[in-house]
Amino acid sequence: MAEWPAGAPHPLLLIAELTYRCPLHCPYCSNPTDIGAAKYSNELPAEDWKRVFRESADLGVLQLALTGGEPMARKEIVDLTQTATDAGLYSTLVTSALPFPKRRVEALHAAGLDHVQISFQHSDPTLADEIGGTIAFDRKVKAAALARELDFPLTVNCVLHRRNIDAVDSIIDMAVELGARRLELANTQYHGWATVNRDALMPTRAQLEAGEEAVKAARERLGASLEILWVLPDYYEELPKPCMGGWAQDAVLVQPNGDVLPCQAAASIPGIAIDNVRDKSLREIWLESDMFNAFRGTEWMQEPCRSCPLGRQHEDHGGCRCQALALTGDAAATDPVCQFSPHHDTIVAARREADEPEPAEPAPFVYRDLIPS
Amino acid sequence: MAFSRPKLATGVRLHRDKVRDQDVLLFPEGALVLNETALEVLGLVDGERTLDDIATVLSERYEGADVKDDVSELLDGIGERGLVVEADG
Repeated sequence: MAEWPAGAPHPLLLIAELTYRCPLHCPYCSNPTDIGAAKYSNELPAEDWKRVFRESADLGVLQLALTGGEPMARKEIVDLTQTATDAGLYSTLVTSALPFPKRRVEALHAAGLDHVQISFQHSDPTLADEIGGTIAFDRKVKAAALARELDFPLTVNCVLHRRNIDAVDSIIDMAVELGARRLELANTQYHGWATVNRDALMPTRAQLEAGEEAVKAARERLGASLEILWVLPDYYEELPKPCMGGWAQDAVLVQPNGDVLPCQAAASIPGIAIDNVRDKSLREIWLESDMFNAFRGTEWMQEPCRSCPLGRQHEDHGGCRCQALALTGDAAATDPVCQFSPHHDTIVAARREADEPEPAEPAPFVYRDLIPS
Repeated sequence: MAFSRPKLATGVRLHRDKVRDQDVLLFPEGALVLNETALEVLGLVDGERTLDDIATVLSERYEGADVKDDVSELLDGIGERGLVVEADG
C-alpha cells in the first residue's frame, strides 16, 4: 500500500450507521431530519460494510460503533460483527434494544461483540415511553438483564433535556440496578432532530446545575463501580468543544447508504461533494475527499479563530462546523458557542429563553420519523 | 488497595495497534496506550496468577530485581479506572 502522507491523522473511531430504521422516535435524534429521503433507503449491502470494516482497521480505527437507527434491524448484524472481530476492531452495539432476542444476542456474543450500549429515555417507564414515542421501557430493562447475563459490559445511555434532567438521581440509581458499568448522561447537542425541538429540549441553567451536582455526589458515592459520563451542553459554555475531536481527525462516519462524513451533521453543509464507499476506498475518501479536507487543520479558519486570543486553534479546532452553519449561515465561521464569536448573542438569547418561566403548555415534541421528504 | 489475584475487567482487552506501532488496552469507547512495562505486566494478568506470581515472573526476567511494589502500583492505577478487577472478589 502507498505510504501514509506525513502528518495525516489516523482515524480511531468508525461510526457505522447501518440503517435509519428505528422503532423509537426520540425528538433529539442525531440522525439527519431527512432520514426518510429515498437516498437512505438504498442501504449498503453487507459485503460492502465488511470491506469498510477491514479498510477502517487498516487506516488505524480501533473502535467501531454499530449504530443507526437501530443496528439490530439489519439481519446481517451477526455476520458484520464477526467481520469486525476478525479485523481486530473493538465493537460496540449502540441499540434501543428493540429488538433484542436472546438467540441473536447470544450469536453476537459468540461473534465477538465487545460491548453493549442501551439507550434509556427516562427512569420512569411512562415518561420514558412518552419521550421515545413508543412502548419500550420494560423491554429495555429485560434487554439490559440479558446483556449482563451474557457478561457483556453494559453502558446505559440517557440523553438529557428539560423533560428528564430533573431525574438524574433516579436515572443513576436505575443504571446501578441494571448492572451498568458506564452511564452516559449526554446533554442534548443541537443537531439533527434536536435542532427542530430545541425550545422543547433546552434545560434551564438551574436544572443543569442541579444535574451536575447530582452527578458529582453519585461519583463520590459509587467510585469505580459505575463510570458516569456527563457531557455538558455547549450552549451553556463560553468556549467551544473540539467537535468529534476535530474535523476529520479521529472519527469517520458511514451513513446507511454508504456516504462518508466526518460527523453526523456534515451533510447539512451545502456545496461540498459527499463520497460513497461504493465508489472509492475508505482510505481515499479519508485522505483525499473534499469533505474530509474542507475543515481539516487550521488553514480554513477565519477571524476570530485565526488569531485566537487563547491560542486554542489546535485544542477546539474552531468548534462545531455544523453548529456554525446552523447559527450563522457560514460553516467556516467560529462556532457561536465561543465567547469571541460575533454571533455569540444567538447562544445567549437561547439560554435566556430557556430560563423564562415554563408556559402552561410546554412546547410539543416533533418526533423523529421516516416521513419521506 | 492492592490486588491479590487481578484480572482484566469484562470487555477489556489488549490489542496490538499495527498502524501506530504500539500496544493498547481497549475498553468500552476508549483506548489506553501502554508502555513496555505496562504491557509486560498486563500480559501476565490472567485471573489465575496472583500479584506475587506476576512479580516473581518479572523479577526472574530482570535478574532478581524487587518489582512487586511497582507492579502493584501500576495495577492500582489501572484498577482505579475499573479496567483491572479482583478475580477472587
